[in-house]
Amino acid sequence: MKSLEPDALPKDWVKSRHHRNFPAAITELVTKTLAITELEVRKLRHDPTDLFVRSVQPALWLLIFGQVFTRTRAIPTGHLHYLDFMAPGILAQSVLFVAIFSGGMALIWERDLGVIHKFLASPTPRVAMVLGKSLACGVRCLSQVFIVYLLVFLLGVKLNLHPVAILQVVLIVLLGAATFCTFSLTIGCLVKTRERMTGIGQLLTMPLFFASNAIYPISLMPDWLKLISHLNPLTYEVDALRGTMLADSTSIYSFGLDCTVLLLTLTGLTLICGKLYPRVAM
Amino acid sequence: MTSNILTTQGLTRQFGKMTAVDNLNLEVEKGEIFGLLGPNGAGKSTVIKMLTTLLPLSGGSATLAGYDVTHQPTAVRRVIGYVPQALSADGTLTGYENLLVFAKLYEIPSSRRQRCIYESLAFMGLEDAAHRLVRTYSGGMIRKLEIAISSLHQPQILFLDEPTVGLDPLARAQVWQLIQQLCAESGTTIFLTTHFLDEANSLCNRVAIMQQGKEIITGTPDDLKASIGNHATLDDVFIHYTGNQLTSGVNYREIARTRRTAERLG
Repeated sequence: MKSLEPDALPKDWVKSRHHRNFPAAITELVTKTLAITELEVRKLRHDPTDLFVRSVQPALWLLIFGQVFTRTRAIPTGHLHYLDFMAPGILAQSVLFVAIFSGGMALIWERDLGVIHKFLASPTPRVAMVLGKSLACGVRCLSQVFIVYLLVFLLGVKLNLHPVAILQVVLIVLLGAATFCTFSLTIGCLVKTRERMTGIGQLLTMPLFFASNAIYPISLMPDWLKLISHLNPLTYEVDALRGTMLADSTSIYSFGLDCTVLLLTLTGLTLICGKLYPRVAM
Repeated sequence: MTSNILTTQGLTRQFGKMTAVDNLNLEVEKGEIFGLLGPNGAGKSTVIKMLTTLLPLSGGSATLAGYDVTHQPTAVRRVIGYVPQALSADGTLTGYENLLVFAKLYEIPSSRRQRCIYESLAFMGLEDAAHRLVRTYSGGMIRKLEIAISSLHQPQILFLDEPTVGLDPLARAQVWQLIQQLCAESGTTIFLTTHFLDEANSLCNRVAIMQQGKEIITGTPDDLKASIGNHATLDDVFIHYTGNQLTSGVNYREIARTRRTAERLG
């Protein structure tokens, strides 16, 4: 310790954030967000078993639900086979489940351990802690892209494998995962116990999934449900995925609008969660 | 010219109608090891949480190294280190990775980062375990790593909340030695809470005794012992001033956390 030199830290290091200029504040936000993301990704690298466990759910939906409904032709999906129609919905669903259960649950676990207190006592912007975790959740969900692509390819779904389309899918999955992870973190800031968080997680995922265009078109819904599904960010995630992932399908709302809705929702939730985050250590 | 690095004036925290910390006035000198003593539920952890900017103040003020905890929390966070009572090192990462993340959060330049981390690991005697997952560490090793993480950025003041709870006697002695070494070699002021009175006696330059949120008395361990008579121990002082009451408002969650920490470290 003796040999640590006093100039080991930048000169303006002690300055309050208020005294740092805007570019420096943005640089700080980005570097610290990436530090938190790196931490989460390193954890995942040490124990990747969760990624494989998470592949069971989309497999069951595609192999059982998908196969049955393709045969019955109960849901009108235009020129698309039902399995093609539901494939992007199942990718969005598995991202939703991973995000909801890894966000708030992990936060409560870390709070109970005491890990979170040390982060909050460090000069890390609260928003960077939230964004770092949600971005890491996006990285975690990229494994779901690989698994779902592999499954649906084997089931004969016609995929758009153009590199730009794949990059668009990656972007949407990152945005969707980050949005729902931040939503889950926000609830995690308010809920006191893991048991309650599990209950609330289950309570939220099902309505979000069913009040969306994931497994049936919105045109089939009654008006009140149509309204809810238009307010549901999952609808825009599925719409963007349907337009980019499949070879012969287009998005209804346009890729740009879908991205904008997800980005605005993520920004709003991040700001709310950043405000609530310090409550975790109180 | 005062050499105080920490000053609190009328520091108060209320939870609903309950006053956890009541009008606390503390002065901690630069470079000293200051101990905050008191029975469970006396408000020690609440004081640390307020001073480390984790909990807003209900009243009064606190200044650390010239920065106000309420109005300049980011500046305060840059000059402090904090080792919470509960386990704060991440068991799913290696010791090196735990240090790496905090080196980045504390903005240690990348050119010096590796050197700082390995010197810190060497100082704590953890070089050989650097690339092992922390969940394979012993309790003493985890505490040492936590102190390494919190002192990596050379804080002016290091807060340790019950640093030796759950440790065996050998590990406790090692942690004491490290705290003293850190204070002597890098001039870091240490602010710790403990309910081990032998620890406070041999480690602290000055101690304050708290009960039910209030400061009862502050002084050097020798002065406090002398104040109640010849051959008195710090235990006698503690019992004399706190009245040995076991009915103070202990929080169920706090007890559960302490026991869980002790169990994990043990």
